[in-house]
Amino acid sequence: MPVVAIPALMRNLTDGEDSVTIPGATIREVIDNLETRYPGTKAKLCDGDRIHPSIGVYINGVVTRVGMHARVDADAELHFLPAIGGGVVSD
Amino acid sequence: MSEKKEYKVIGTRPIRHDGVDKVTGRAIYGADFQITGLLHGRVLRSPHAHARIVSIDTSRAEAHPGVKGVVTAQDLPEAEDKIADLGEGAVSLKYLCDNILASDKALYKGHAIAAVAATDPHIAEEACELIDVEYEVLPPVLEVRAAMEPDAPIIHENIRTSSLGETGDKPSNVASHIQFKKGDIEKGFDEADIVIEREFVTGTVHQGYIEPHNATALYNPDGQLTVWCSTQGAFTVREQLAEILQYPISKIKVVPLEIGGGFGGKINVYIKPVAALLAKKTGKPVKVLMNRADVFEGTGPTPASYITVKMGATKDGKITAAQTSMAFEAGAYPGSPVGAGAMCIFAPYNTENVLIDGYDVVVNKPKTAPYRAPGATNAAFGSETVIDELAEELNIDPLEIRLMNGAKEGDHRADGPVFPRIGFIETVEAAKSHPHYTAPNGKKHHGRGVASGFWFNIGLESSVTINVNPDGTVNLVEGSTDIGGTRASIAMQAAEVLGIPAESVNPTVVDTNSIGYTAVTGGSRTTYATGYAAYEAAQDVVRQMIERAAKLWDVDEANVQFTDGEFSSINGKEEQISFRDLSARLGETGGPVVGRATMNPAGAGGAFATHVVDVAVDEETGKVEILRYTATQDAGKAIHPSYVEGQIQGGVVQGIGWALNEEYIYNDEGEMTNASFLDYRMPTCLDLPMIDAVIVEVPNPGHPYGVRGVGEVPIVPPPAAIANAIYDAVGIRMTELPMSPDRLLKAMGKI
Repeated sequence: MPVVAIPALMRNLTDGEDSVTIPGATIREVIDNLETRYPGTKAKLCDGDRIHPSIGVYINGVVTRVGMHARVDADAELHFLPAIGGGVVSD
Repeated sequence: MSEKKEYKVIGTRPIRHDGVDKVTGRAIYGADFQITGLLHGRVLRSPHAHARIVSIDTSRAEAHPGVKGVVTAQDLPEAEDKIADLGEGAVSLKYLCDNILASDKALYKGHAIAAVAATDPHIAEEACELIDVEYEVLPPVLEVRAAMEPDAPIIHENIRTSSLGETGDKPSNVASHIQFKKGDIEKGFDEADIVIEREFVTGTVHQGYIEPHNATALYNPDGQLTVWCSTQGAFTVREQLAEILQYPISKIKVVPLEIGGGFGGKINVYIKPVAALLAKKTGKPVKVLMNRADVFEGTGPTPASYITVKMGATKDGKITAAQTSMAFEAGAYPGSPVGAGAMCIFAPYNTENVLIDGYDVVVNKPKTAPYRAPGATNAAFGSETVIDELAEELNIDPLEIRLMNGAKEGDHRADGPVFPRIGFIETVEAAKSHPHYTAPNGKKHHGRGVASGFWFNIGLESSVTINVNPDGTVNLVEGSTDIGGTRASIAMQAAEVLGIPAESVNPTVVDTNSIGYTAVTGGSRTTYATGYAAYEAAQDVVRQMIERAAKLWDVDEANVQFTDGEFSSINGKEEQISFRDLSARLGETGGPVVGRATMNPAGAGGAFATHVVDVAVDEETGKVEILRYTATQDAGKAIHPSYVEGQIQGGVVQGIGWALNEEYIYNDEGEMTNASFLDYRMPTCLDLPMIDAVIVEVPNPGHPYGVRGVGEVPIVPPPAAIANAIYDAVGIRMTELPMSPDRLLKAMGKI
């Protein structure tokens, strides 16, 4: 199952866990399953039905450009970090 | 990817396609632009760093002969409580609009208040003085630590500290807090034999592009708005105009003219919406130009910052823990690059235990803007100085401690993600084996320092079309404004695919109506991402040309191959035709060939650099002279080595300016007292030796030629490298930028 690194300031929602394994074949499925196990997490990561514009999703170290639609391998490692675009970081 | 392949075009040094226009003065910049009936605009700016705007009376200005129109924030659409989506992130539309023309408060000296359009620029300037503004002056907050104090004057009553979705319960100048945590920081420090903790302060620094901002706007009677301007991204200008003016994006055309430098500072808009408002009000085209003081006071510099760094290591040099707290000045509105700084600060090192806190803090200075690797230079000044001190205390060579702890493929970055193939170690090894590092350096008051740096690089959207001409040349159409020679580096990637000389590709940068969406020239992305699009568009041309050759020879397409600029048939017929000759026969095989590609590549690959610098310190005057400078950098694959070297040298020079001279100097009222290039001292060629740029090539697996962006990371190491060299020279650890003569003399106890 994909491993999700929990952002430091969200660990209050995951009982202090800094990384958890969550099933899912897409970012959408992983986030939905994360929300099921740890309520409140989706609202931190998403703006409605898409990844919050200020957040970048890294799959195995590479930023995905297709947000919720991105495919996720079974052994993928996911990180949610500040988004970077055009030399600009959104906080 | 073709790691070992011999290229015909890639790696050569052709003359840039825009070179003749640039050196003969024929290139058209924004200030050169002319159109019939042109009016001239001028912006009135706040004389106060923090003031409530009680009233604005424009009647005297409007009555002034030659004045055709005056605008204020009242002419902007209502912008309360809306979030603008600019594609790369959400921003408050009110903040965006208020930075164009202040509505209720002036938040920095130089904040735009109103603007005039007149028949002559001097009349417009005179009329600005006839605009009566009543201010209620408020105390300014000019420094990040002061702004974070509990009793600091509050700049925005509606800002509560945001911390990943959690919001504070009272107004604060701290707009947001971010944190990265890895391992067990306390355990890491317990395992250390030595722990060093230091504080660092960096000044407000401007990008210093030579060409001031400019814009000419025209509304057609059919409602079409056209803006001619200097920008790093025509499409982002279009997006910002659409949001600020609340105008349909389909009715806006942005025409990028030549650009005289940007370095991140020409992504945000300032006078472009003002020119549009004036054009709408007057019904005439209006040109607005900034002067140098406008640029310093009215556009975004890179933030000042206060950074603490604490690192621990074992006796044998293994870094066991790294902790930092980084507070960045956002300027008047939230949005400093503290996130990028926080993600870069310990990136070069594979450290098990990390704690990083970052704070985005508003102050009464211009809203900060990106500047070459935004946030990373501030960060590296702290971390790379502390690593130098660790090496010294442990009696380990400063490059050796970097090799011992350096990040490699498969290691996790301090903020989490795993590294793909990277070339940090290779840059350190290149520095260590360079004749500069092994040369003697023993003179009194001479010192040598080293430092390393990291920048992410980005991909984002790029579009390219390639039209094949009958003579075997091609016209390449792109949307990336060319700041550092990217017409050439993009054209060369297409030429390599097509098997034609770089000179046979005619690259043109076009307006937003003439090419698919293309993100900004920024984030070191253009040679990587737009070059990747050119590569794919050229592949599209090849596919179509193979169809034409197959038709010509009456063979199956699968039986046509393309190698080194020649199409040939295989499996039977002995047919061969060059790209040039086939280009002449497109008419008889189906008509024009146009290749196209759009890209949004994700594998930009990070860039690393390691620098070595020798300095001489004059103990009497405090002046630091750069004696020798060597910069090694992983470029992945250098498409045009001269432009890679140029980017490295330019980044280093700007880093040296940041280190030694450059800063906004404010008086107590928040007025910048050095808003000219005479007093804001940037290095010139007379100040510096030749910068030795050493290109290291560790191919990026995320690009067909292995390209990594090169434009930003060379500015990251210089301040720390120079600080470390100053220490080597005189035994003083400098922890505040710039390390100007007065600061150095104070640190040495001379004054």
